[in-house]
Amino acid sequence: MFGFKNYGNNDTRSGFGVGLVEAASKNKEIVALCADLTGSLKMNDFKNKYPNRFFQIGIAEANMIGIAAGMTIGKKIPYTGTFANFSTGRVYDQIRQSVAYSNKNVKICASHAGITLGEDGATHQILEDIGMMKMLPGMVVINPCDFNQTKAATIEISKYHGPVYLRFGRPKVPNFTPENQSFKIGKGIRLVEGSDVTIVCTGHLVWHAIESAVFLKNKGISAEVINIHTIKPLDEEIILKSLEKTGCVVSAEEHNTIGGLGESVASLIVKNKLAPMEFVGVNDQFGESGKPAELMKKYGLSTESIVDKCLKVLKRK
Amino acid sequence: MTSSQKLVFQIRRDIVRMVHSNNSGHPGGSLGCTEFFVVLFFEIMKRKDEFEMNGFDEDLFFLSNGHISPVFYSTLARAGYFPIKELSTFRDIDSRLQGHPTTHEGLPGVRIASGSLGQGMSVAIGAALSKKMNGEKNIIYSLHGDGELQEGQNWEAIMYAAANKVDNLICTIDNNNKQIDGDLKEVLDLGNIESKFKSFGWLTINLENGNDLSQVKQALKHAKDKCFDGKPVVVIMKTVMGNGVDYMMGTHKWHGIAPNDQELEIALNQNPETLKDY
Repeated sequence: MFGFKNYGNNDTRSGFGVGLVEAASKNKEIVALCADLTGSLKMNDFKNKYPNRFFQIGIAEANMIGIAAGMTIGKKIPYTGTFANFSTGRVYDQIRQSVAYSNKNVKICASHAGITLGEDGATHQILEDIGMMKMLPGMVVINPCDFNQTKAATIEISKYHGPVYLRFGRPKVPNFTPENQSFKIGKGIRLVEGSDVTIVCTGHLVWHAIESAVFLKNKGISAEVINIHTIKPLDEEIILKSLEKTGCVVSAEEHNTIGGLGESVASLIVKNKLAPMEFVGVNDQFGESGKPAELMKKYGLSTESIVDKCLKVLKRK
Repeated sequence: MTSSQKLVFQIRRDIVRMVHSNNSGHPGGSLGCTEFFVVLFFEIMKRKDEFEMNGFDEDLFFLSNGHISPVFYSTLARAGYFPIKELSTFRDIDSRLQGHPTTHEGLPGVRIASGSLGQGMSVAIGAALSKKMNGEKNIIYSLHGDGELQEGQNWEAIMYAAANKVDNLICTIDNNNKQIDGDLKEVLDLGNIESKFKSFGWLTINLENGNDLSQVKQALKHAKDKCFDGKPVVVIMKTVMGNGVDYMMGTHKWHGIAPNDQELEIALNQNPETLKDY
């Protein structure tokens, strides 16, 4: 596994919960707001440790976003917590006007993103959130890959002034990035060095991309794996540099291919050096109920899918 | 003539001139709330001369019904937040005086963008909570249209503020009973606004004539006295849309259209220049 080791499966939302408490211990201006999903968002530790800085808003996400925007006036750094669906689509106009256009220092923290939310089904499985958030001028969009990286991102965004969308998930997945890593907003990370094909991936698909690179290596194909935890601003340099070597790219994400990371990469490519590209993502569909692993397989968000797309794109070189 | 009366005349002139010069904007609601803005900014709020976004140790104001930006801008300029002559750039390209208020161009006095309706009360609550956390004994004021209460987010906010005893908050409702498509009752009847707020747990104050300077002052002073007592306060302020320009009064027709040259002349004749036009 190119030196990567799974330290044990863990959920990215727990990384958020731990990171939030740690960030709050260093900065007393940090406050947290939740719309009746404290347990699901792993915000209980924060709530217990800092009861005066925790705000239970109830099932009223629009009000939560507005209150968070208002709290920044007086220097608070609000972290809002609810599911990704209710963090974005439900409150798009509130985020657009009261947060993004008003340039308020609100951290919109969204759990249960994507199809791995699982059994609750399509009403809760948002696959359009990255697209909506990245279209907002000034919005930073972050989608970390595991527990450790989510924790590091949660801490780092408190030091950045401006609106941030932090996206994470529900299931326990491999935790393989360094425990106390430094997180640089907007900087991609080359996880595997390669020369035949570039895999640009984000979130839960990063581990699968590494698995794909192992599989391809055994077939004599050298894949480069780049973890793009920050979708906006996009680290253009790391992608273009890799493309100079490999000449083709596959994107992989737990999101609709329309509006996601892949689309940002495609836009980058057509503006610079044309190269064949393939997309791993949900193909303009709603999800459905099922176990997370079953759904990932059915909707083509798997190691096998990434390998297939790599083989396909290599033929187009 | 008192200084507040002078301000009312001058701000009315500013409003109709701004809207006329760009042939766009919202004069009706602006004119209806002129007395409120004058009393709030010049007689009630404890505010600092210099604008600072965080507004520590001062009272803050949020305009939720952002389309009445002409009265807001004129008040801010006349209060010294930015040069009065800048009012001439209203709704122009490259102006800080956007059609609806925004922080985006850095206009001093504006702390949040508004225009898409129904968001201001939540923001005001957030700012009020921030003041409480910071140990400041200041008050957050906000203004909302009555038609704006048709937006559901308000009721989330109204519920939250009462349940959480946000008692450093005075929301005023501009109750002119008009909205773009006609009378409130015809478009979507709100029923009894006061009893709705009361049942949600707010302290309510009725302001019978929101176009009477002394009544506005009395009501806002009363509202201030009621702060820090466990309940958010709402002032339900009856106003006449288009107040001070006879042909604009009491009709929704002038909600969002500008007067022509002749109409401007009539409006200006009814409101003497007291503090120099911009």
